Amino acid sequence: MVKLTDAEQAMLEGDSGAATQWIKDYYKEDGGDYRAVFSRFDLDSDEVVDVPRMNAFSCHLQGGMDPMLWQEQGMTEAAHDNFVADEQSVADHGIQILKTCTPYLAGNVPVMGEHCAWMESSAVVFANSVIGARTNCEGRESTSAAMLAKRIPDFGFHRDDYRKGHHGVDVRVPVDSIFEWGMLGYFVGDAVQDTIPVITGNVSDASLIRHKHFGAAAASSGGVEMYHMVGITPEAPSVEHAFGGPARGDIFIYDEAARKRIYETLNSVGNSEDVDYVMLGCPHYSIEQIAQAAALIEGRKVHENSALWVFTSRAVKATADANGYTRILRDAGAYLMTDTCSAISQAVPKGTKVAALDSAKQVHYLPAMMGIEGWYGTTAECIDAACTGKWKGKLA
Amino acid sequence: MSPESMNILDKPRAVITGRPVVPGVAEGEALVTRETISGWGGVNPMTGTVIESRHELKGQSFANKVLVFPGAKGSSGWSGIFHMAKLRGMSPVAMVFNIMTTKAALGAVVMRTPTVTDCDQDPLDIIRTGDWVRVDGDAGTITVWDKKPD
Repeated sequence: MVKLTDAEQAMLEGDSGAATQWIKDYYKEDGGDYRAVFSRFDLDSDEVVDVPRMNAFSCHLQGGMDPMLWQEQGMTEAAHDNFVADEQSVADHGIQILKTCTPYLAGNVPVMGEHCAWMESSAVVFANSVIGARTNCEGRESTSAAMLAKRIPDFGFHRDDYRKGHHGVDVRVPVDSIFEWGMLGYFVGDAVQDTIPVITGNVSDASLIRHKHFGAAAASSGGVEMYHMVGITPEAPSVEHAFGGPARGDIFIYDEAARKRIYETLNSVGNSEDVDYVMLGCPHYSIEQIAQAAALIEGRKVHENSALWVFTSRAVKATADANGYTRILRDAGAYLMTDTCSAISQAVPKGTKVAALDSAKQVHYLPAMMGIEGWYGTTAECIDAACTGKWKGKLA
Repeated sequence: MSPESMNILDKPRAVITGRPVVPGVAEGEALVTRETISGWGGVNPMTGTVIESRHELKGQSFANKVLVFPGAKGSSGWSGIFHMAKLRGMSPVAMVFNIMTTKAALGAVVMRTPTVTDCDQDPLDIIRTGDWVRVDGDAGTITVWDKKPD
């Protein structure tokens, strides 16, 4: 039985918050009413409740469209009106308008040991593994409850014993670039599913963007919510520490054959070499990645049969604007967009049949969701595809 | 009707005992997979159809069936998508899964669908697609017939 403090008991009884005071007769079946939507979808309440300001420090994850380029994304005026009204409600409730899957690049950075209630599988795996913060992979309804209650069940990744490795992964080929880290992540998720892998061997050149890509991939092909890289991540100074004792479970070998198989798997939804859309920014690009993309495309033009959309957060875009990267991309015929991505908004350039992507996560999801073909390759291969309209990617 | 009161021909093939996740009793035709399921990006909530590339259930709908699966994977949008499927009338009538995670538990809770986990026998070995299955989320029992009892 959970023991409640006096304050928690009062919360349960509805003394302290309007959230537990049911207000009827406001529910509108046609939606658009923030309270109705929040009550039904976010709190799983059949009755419409008045929603107070959030009690916990809360940040909005991805949104549905770019606040400026929504028409280019094919959004209707009515959808945009909803977007504006919704954003005002979110702000009025004290939720920060970060609108990103990479909150840790936009001002929401937990510290080691901090207890969080996060959604977004790529951010959850980053928080647990790279930072050492503690969060389960919450959902829409449980994060909403946590925003109000400032409480989350003390279960799973909040507990020391739950954060120990289950299986080993032995890396026998060099994994030293973001492209290789992404493929390794996809392999690991497929191998260990929703358990915790302990990765040893030939992994090098760790950086924020490589972890970002690795974790997103592992959380897509499997349900990895935490990983240990021995000598790299903070809770894995040694194999024994990572497992909480002797190594256990299976050992999955990532060798040249496995690498080749993963590359082929990621490219199994590609057939036509005529690329009409290139999407970068899954998870949302960091300023380092935007700088790299701008350098790769400066002086070139996106092909008339293709399109290039790059996604990031508003916070990072402010820096890209200041550095001139947004203009370089625009001059080349590309867009730097914020808030969303093609998978979240289900928005691709009109008539898209074949996409090229530098994200293992995005190639996992986008073709399935949109019924299109998809290629996975390096950022440089993707930008070449955008500028030539042709896919020439191959495994080196 | 309890299993005991049925005609001998309606004797269940198996009874599995597990831990209740969401209370209530529901029954229906089983849809079984050995592959974990993505919610967001893996399921179309308007039809309850699995859409993930290369998934063994791709193109099949779990709407109004008893979904028997190892566990949830992928996006944190798992509960949101299954929640939407519920509101569209396209959710499973009951669920049985092996691996407890926040995603699967929250999805079951917001669908308010009788759900059992931590079974004494592996339900993936016992239950076949097309079996008739009753999930008792109060008692934590799963009763399996070859076909719907008369």
